[in-house]
Amino acid sequence: MSDRENILSAIRANRPQEEIPLPDLSGLGRALGDRTETFIRMLESVGGEAVWLDGRGIDSVIRTCYPEAEVICSAVPDAPLGIAAPDDAHMLTDLDLAILPGAFAVAENGAVWVENRSGGDRTLPFIAENLLLVVLQEEIVDTMHEAYARIDFAEAGFGVFISGPSKTADIEQALVIGAHGAKHLTVLLV
Amino acid sequence: MNHSEAAARFVADDARMHWHDKALWFVRQKRDSASKSIPEWEQLREAAEGIKAHTLSRLDHYLEQFEREATAKGIHIHWAADAQRHNEIVHTILLEHGARKVVKSKSMLTEECHLNPYLEARGIEVTDTDLGERIIQLRQEPPSHIVLPAIHLTKEQVSDTFYTHLHTEQGNSDPTYLTAAARAHLREKFLEADAGITGVNFAIAETGGIVVCTNEGNADMGTALPKLHIACMGIEKLIPSLEHLGVFTRLLARSATGQPITTYTSHFHAPVEGGALHIVIVDNGRSHFLRSEKYHKSLQCIRCGACMNTCPVYRRSGGHSYGYVIPGPIGSTLGAFRDRAAFGSLPFACTLCASCTAVCPVGVDLHTQLYHHRQDVVHAGLIEKKKRFMLKAAAWLMAHPSLMDTAGKVARKLLQLLPRKLLYGKANVWGRGRELPSVPKQSFREQYRKSRAASSHSDKKHPAGGEQHE
Repeated sequence: MSDRENILSAIRANRPQEEIPLPDLSGLGRALGDRTETFIRMLESVGGEAVWLDGRGIDSVIRTCYPEAEVICSAVPDAPLGIAAPDDAHMLTDLDLAILPGAFAVAENGAVWVENRSGGDRTLPFIAENLLLVVLQEEIVDTMHEAYARIDFAEAGFGVFISGPSKTADIEQALVIGAHGAKHLTVLLV
Repeated sequence: MNHSEAAARFVADDARMHWHDKALWFVRQKRDSASKSIPEWEQLREAAEGIKAHTLSRLDHYLEQFEREATAKGIHIHWAADAQRHNEIVHTILLEHGARKVVKSKSMLTEECHLNPYLEARGIEVTDTDLGERIIQLRQEPPSHIVLPAIHLTKEQVSDTFYTHLHTEQGNSDPTYLTAAARAHLREKFLEADAGITGVNFAIAETGGIVVCTNEGNADMGTALPKLHIACMGIEKLIPSLEHLGVFTRLLARSATGQPITTYTSHFHAPVEGGALHIVIVDNGRSHFLRSEKYHKSLQCIRCGACMNTCPVYRRSGGHSYGYVIPGPIGSTLGAFRDRAAFGSLPFACTLCASCTAVCPVGVDLHTQLYHHRQDVVHAGLIEKKKRFMLKAAAWLMAHPSLMDTAGKVARKLLQLLPRKLLYGKANVWGRGRELPSVPKQSFREQYRKSRAASSHSDKKHPAGGEQHE
């Protein structure tokens, strides 16, 4: 018998004969307060920063938030400063800033949903020193329950919730920002 | 070596032990404030337990559905009945792709299967990329915690390790400096890697994809740069659909570290462009748990580590004292179920305080399982001779009340008269780290009788209860 058959038949022999019913999730997902306020508060609590567009161009936001950034890669159409992502992500080692659209954001944990629909490079949000995610204010949801109701993987092969900059506390529990991913994260609210 | 012998070595460094205890208690407190910020926390825990129980009751169905959906998305599915098969499969995939350099993110399953030494013996370079895991890999130590693998080390020890292997400044033990050095070192490893290996936090039957949670971003760097991604998962990682992920992603990080969610919650539903994604589904003894009346719930575990952070024994004895791949309460029950002879001492490394059960986000009845294990260990005759004799003697004595009374009287006198040297001699294992309480003049029964007699005479101010001695 193959390993597959071995495993499945062992499970069939050992699991309960009766199916245990799934619980009802309909009562879950209460809001924690005003969506935008909660999102900004949670984003700050995980080390990120929220900035309002306030009628400026994205360029001017970038110049204010990341004046030092030289190599910038952008997947947002209105950011002419950025260069298009190269075919091979191994060329991105000097990337100062990546600008990406966030499909929506989650108030309860400050996370932004970033997905890769076109099958293009997945490395961008992780390899850049700094990350700017652009989110429409009306696209903030209360909890993860609402978030997953908006997601499907019919087109996207990869999607990630990003909540704040990369971090670690593996040395004596001391929090250090910037483990392997972005050292700084800004969410630009439009 | 049993748990108490191994723990004695950890406890020998008193300051270190207290630091460890406090550090983990702090994580527990962060978990408490995160959980209290969610008004429906208890409903979430119940939902999570219910989803896991349901999934395990139809696990064969969900595994087959997962395989179908994943295959339709161009993901390769492999099945491994045991650790050996798992290692062979991973090695074969690497060979087929000509991969020599592998970057790995955290996976307790590959730790359980001893994948690293297996691959290294076959000429493959494996680099653990989680900072804590990299530290212990360089030191050739196992992890001492499932979420905080290097929690047993001081920053000075990390500094020495990095000085030796990464040529950092000698004596510079600033965590920010050391983390930056590791970032630069591991960035090189990511860029030159041929393959990335990850664990799996959740596998979704409905969509045929997997979810990996990290704070550092190492799983993402390690799977986006190389063209080959191998993900290794136990059969118990399945959940039915995306809506259920909403429950678990709310519970996992809050229970683990008190964060509202991990920094990166990555969903893989296709190989990287021009690359390949392989998922290895591993049993390695897990299906036996499904049959067990007493222990099946331990398969519900989502590896958050909350039970170890809260455990008074774990906090003071360190993860290495358990000797099993997973330490703490959950490791004690998993280990004892898998190999009672080897890990039979672990269920006794427990005060039965039930704090683990109280914090578990998926309703694993941890302390009850440990209580059952103790009885199984005794019935199997696996307990130490001295302890077995003492238990038998105590049971016999307690079954004979008049003898028990007499023995108590004698003991109350003797304990006051015997010299310390004799009282705390070799036979008194209990007294090694503890002081005996001061001896009361009377037994509880004697006090009770006296007080009852007094109250029945007339004094209504003292109903039933007796005077309490220290």
